[in-house]
Amino acid sequence: MESLVTGAPLRARVVINRSDDFSVDVDISIQPGVTAALLGPNGAGKSTTVSAIAGLLPVDAGRIELGLETLDDPSTATFVPPELRRIGVVFQDYLLFPHLTVLENIAFGLRSRGVRRGQAAESARDWMKRLGIEGLERRLPGELSGGQAQRVALARALVVEPDLLLLDEPLSALDVTTRVELRRALAEHLVDFGGPKLLITHDPTEAFLLADVVYVIEGGVITQSGTADEIRLRPKTRYAADLAGSNLISGQAEDGHVDVGMFSLSIADHDVSGSVLLTIHPTAVSLHRTRPDGSQRNSWRTSVKVVERLGDRVRLQTGGPVPLTVEVTREAMDVLSLRPGVETWVAVKATEIGVEQWAM
Amino acid sequence: MTNRRVTRRPPALVLLLGAVGLALFVVPLAGLLWRTPWSDLPTLVTSSMVTDALGISIVASVSATVFSALVGVPLAWLLARVEFPGRRLVRGLVLLPLVLPPVVGGAALLFALGRRGTLGEPLYQQTGLVLPFSIWGVILATTFVAMPFLVITVEGALRNLDERYESAAASLGAGRWAVLRRVTLPMIGPSVMAGLVLTWARSFGEFGATITFAGNLPGRTQTLPLAVFVALESDRAVAVAISLLMVVVSLAVLIALRERWWKVL
Amino acid sequence: MAGCGGQGDEELLVSAAASLAGAFAEIEVAFEKAQPDVDVVLNFGGSSALREQILGGAPVGVFASANTSNMNAVATAGQTVGEPRVFAFNSLEIAVPAGNPGRVDGLDDFSDDGLLLGLCAEAVPCGELAREALSNAGVTAAVDTNEPDVRALLAKIEAGELDAGITYVTDVAAAGGTIQGIAIPDEVNVTAEYSIAVLAGAANQQTANAFIDMVLSDEGQAILSEYGFSSQ
Repeated sequence: MESLVTGAPLRARVVINRSDDFSVDVDISIQPGVTAALLGPNGAGKSTTVSAIAGLLPVDAGRIELGLETLDDPSTATFVPPELRRIGVVFQDYLLFPHLTVLENIAFGLRSRGVRRGQAAESARDWMKRLGIEGLERRLPGELSGGQAQRVALARALVVEPDLLLLDEPLSALDVTTRVELRRALAEHLVDFGGPKLLITHDPTEAFLLADVVYVIEGGVITQSGTADEIRLRPKTRYAADLAGSNLISGQAEDGHVDVGMFSLSIADHDVSGSVLLTIHPTAVSLHRTRPDGSQRNSWRTSVKVVERLGDRVRLQTGGPVPLTVEVTREAMDVLSLRPGVETWVAVKATEIGVEQWAM
Repeated sequence: MTNRRVTRRPPALVLLLGAVGLALFVVPLAGLLWRTPWSDLPTLVTSSMVTDALGISIVASVSATVFSALVGVPLAWLLARVEFPGRRLVRGLVLLPLVLPPVVGGAALLFALGRRGTLGEPLYQQTGLVLPFSIWGVILATTFVAMPFLVITVEGALRNLDERYESAAASLGAGRWAVLRRVTLPMIGPSVMAGLVLTWARSFGEFGATITFAGNLPGRTQTLPLAVFVALESDRAVAVAISLLMVVVSLAVLIALRERWWKVL
Repeated sequence: MAGCGGQGDEELLVSAAASLAGAFAEIEVAFEKAQPDVDVVLNFGGSSALREQILGGAPVGVFASANTSNMNAVATAGQTVGEPRVFAFNSLEIAVPAGNPGRVDGLDDFSDDGLLLGLCAEAVPCGELAREALSNAGVTAAVDTNEPDVRALLAKIEAGELDAGITYVTDVAAAGGTIQGIAIPDEVNVTAEYSIAVLAGAANQQTANAFIDMVLSDEGQAILSEYGFSSQ
């Protein structure tokens, strides 16, 4: 699939003062081809930021530029209304027009810009083919499955060839199994879009897996930005630390074991096979002075690399064969005299390892 | 294995009260049918009094419905979407005809728009236009009492409409008019139709405001309800015939629209 | 329904033609003074509407009709007790708003399309008689509205919404300054005969009869003539 290279970076400084206790002041910059995630808890200001960029909400101060075009600048009284911005939006809940068929939904943007019905339908069909949803033209949104709806929403946003793609919690309306499946599909489609992409989510796994750059937003401000690894390994706030919770490890699964390179981990699921993604929560890892008992556990000997105090908890990075972020209490740390360089045994129960089929 | 469907019977009290409610509708209708002079019906129904009244009723009720739509939908939109000072008061005023006795409404119209009315007098002096005692008076009186039904239905529909659909349309490139035409109105379409049906039904049966404002003249302002009222005192048989005619017309309209719009009502 | 409260244990419902409103209100006071334990409840309306109510089973004790045909209808249905008695006469007059803005001077004006003219509905005695008078005068009326009863007609004339209407002499008198009357020549004028009867639905026939006696008495007749009714 050819990628659309449009080359218009997004530079958004959004300042909004809604009421006494709600304001947003963020600065986001996304290069073409890069996927950025805006990750934060509910009420942090994600939707407000997205609305401002989409043009549904004017900023009180700041400036939004897409390529050479200024979309919003109060200081020069510039404001481009949403219908004139070349931005594709995939909304939470998709918001497919219930009274229009799938084809009419996808063609909507083109028809609104004056494209003739025949031509709009052709472009729409083209995109449906690309996203693998041909055959659904005459269906109504109410008759679609979650996965189908997501792809229709994506097609609808992409068919007008926007310069920027905004995805507002595109997976949160789905149940867990579908979500995992669609996350993969979404990742594939995002790769093909050449412009900047901004993904809004409250799910850290989603952010870390789909985005190149993550902006952590709390209380209306960006508290940290960087690559997924940077945030996971060096979280700056409590919230970021909680997010970064899971260790993500990829490997090859077969018959209850996963080969992660230098080690083989036992997992509870004996049926899964092929490429998988493992998640281990830092608190699910236990540390021991000597080799722990119990044959079920995954355990190995390693050394402590980094120790970080976060209030009454301690976060450690361990070394090979499977580097992990581990979280223990202060007491544990004192009892085990854990310091950088000290050797320790690490143990993780097979049942505490989350497994996901993942092919990239 | 037999497929036994275990159906739960509704509680006895519910059945009883429901039956009473049903009786309230069925009994008067049955009384009407019982009194109908079936053999004379064809002559009665084709008499000029009845055909004139039918014509006036249809013209007035349809005109009132159309006028209500033209004015009522924008008004409903303003009430639902625009925050202007005094909005609550305006909504109260718009809904007033729903609770006001129609005769009071008619009297108010007379005071305002009659030949000697506050606005009516200058209107008459400038243009010679007299609203009462004409078909325009009937249409105006009918619109006055029926339009609130449309406004209330459409306003409700607009409020229940997720505004994000309109945002989605804008993000796809639709300007404000396009959003209205292609998203908002189609999505509230069923409710608008339900509102129109209610408005028409109220218009068709309107009596008090009409007789007070527009007067009562066969062939000019005498609608079917007015004709029934007059006939009740002079010729019972005609009154029953007209009543039956009104029931038939109303049922026909409601049944014809049943499939598509009933579910919203 | 109009009723002034006497402290009565007994209630007497009297249905009377709208034009009798003023006179009968006074007669009610006089009657209740003479019979303190009776509460007279007055119900006014167009005679034909009252007739329908009675035939429909309304528990009326006394019926006072503005014409004989309505009374006869009630009598034929077996609802009267004893013979109806004629107790007053009324004739018609043209009613115009104060100041006579329409410059109406006689029945001939009723054929003028340019004027806004009203009559009582044909089924109502006032309407029936008005049409008779017009026919006597050979006038084809260009009527704009048929009002359901005389009071509705008067209201519109008073408000100036109508240029003229035909009502009873008593109505013009009762309206005071807001309505002017224009006489109708005796040759074409029509007289309304008011009759009164006790009804089968009366709770107490004696009381009902007593009321009728009051109406026919000197006192009652004096009150009626005060309001413009004649005894001829």
